[in-house]
Amino acid sequence: MEKPNLNYINSLAREDDSIKKILIDVIKTEFPEEKQDYYESFSKNDFKKIKDNVHRLKHKISILGLENGYKNANAYEHNLRVNSKDKSEIFEKTLTTISEYLKII
Amino acid sequence: MNCIIIDDEKTSRVILKTLCDQTNLNVINEFSNAIEAIKYLNNHDVDVVFLDYHMPSFNGLDFIKTLKKPINIILTTSDPKFAIEAFEYDFIIDYLLKPIEISRFKKSIYKVTNKLVSPTDVTKQPEINKVFYINVDRRLIKIEIDSIYVIEASGDYIIIKTEEENYVVHSTLRKINNKLPDNMFIQVHRSFIINIKQIIDIQDNTVLVHKEIVPISRSKRSILIKRLDFL
Repeated sequence: MEKPNLNYINSLAREDDSIKKILIDVIKTEFPEEKQDYYESFSKNDFKKIKDNVHRLKHKISILGLENGYKNANAYEHNLRVNSKDKSEIFEKTLTTISEYLKII
Repeated sequence: MNCIIIDDEKTSRVILKTLCDQTNLNVINEFSNAIEAIKYLNNHDVDVVFLDYHMPSFNGLDFIKTLKKPINIILTTSDPKFAIEAFEYDFIIDYLLKPIEISRFKKSIYKVTNKLVSPTDVTKQPEINKVFYINVDRRLIKIEIDSIYVIEASGDYIIIKTEEENYVVHSTLRKINNKLPDNMFIQVHRSFIINIKQIIDIQDNTVLVHKEIVPISRSKRSILIKRLDFL
């Protein structure tokens, strides 16, 4: 399975560690909140909110360089438009991968 | 240049702020919802607005429809299809796909800068676009308008036929007709628009365009004939 990376963040920070820290910190703060929002909407079967939450999370997925994860999130978001949760498992695996990664950076 | 950022996602706002700092753009305010931004814009002037398309309850499109005065907007989105829609609005200078790359961001700012230093001359004839972009499988493809010979409606789709390739796009003839120069294209049937410059011959109720025979509606035939140059 593909692993997250900081290539995009490094390209933005241009070797400025303070900028890099700001970017990582905001993802570390926002990602768990969005993940929690996602699981709450998922448990309530609120498809519109699930879709909105997936949309927000997929930006983090792309920032962390998970190309396949991003494609899966797109497909999942598309399925949610027709009230289908198909691809939720693979999407949630990506969320777990990111959570683990954010603990070590 | 002064700008504001509208995006419900904090990470996006921080990224845009970083990019603005690196290009000497002055971020004078940022908003997590578009309604607050509208209130702000009613009392303040800004040079450019970075607007996220996809926001819950009141999205970027709602924001644009609510604007009372012209403003330069750079749309930010994760979905190319929204980017295409955006060009239907005059306020949109450019769009940026997330995650935003620095080089692409700089190009966008260059566009705004050019617009600000060269205000539109009202006496100048409007420039007709020579190209437009279509969205095919998440790719934005540039189409040279000159190269189109026929556009055919097919259900919810249109087929844009060019000298190089055919493209199937989710759109309508009416929508694309608005983007085509009137002096070059004409709708000859409810399902066909043709490029007049590529007509080879006309016979009764059909016209040969490039290499394709296209039907002509009875009502459109005389309009087409009037548009042709005769010896």
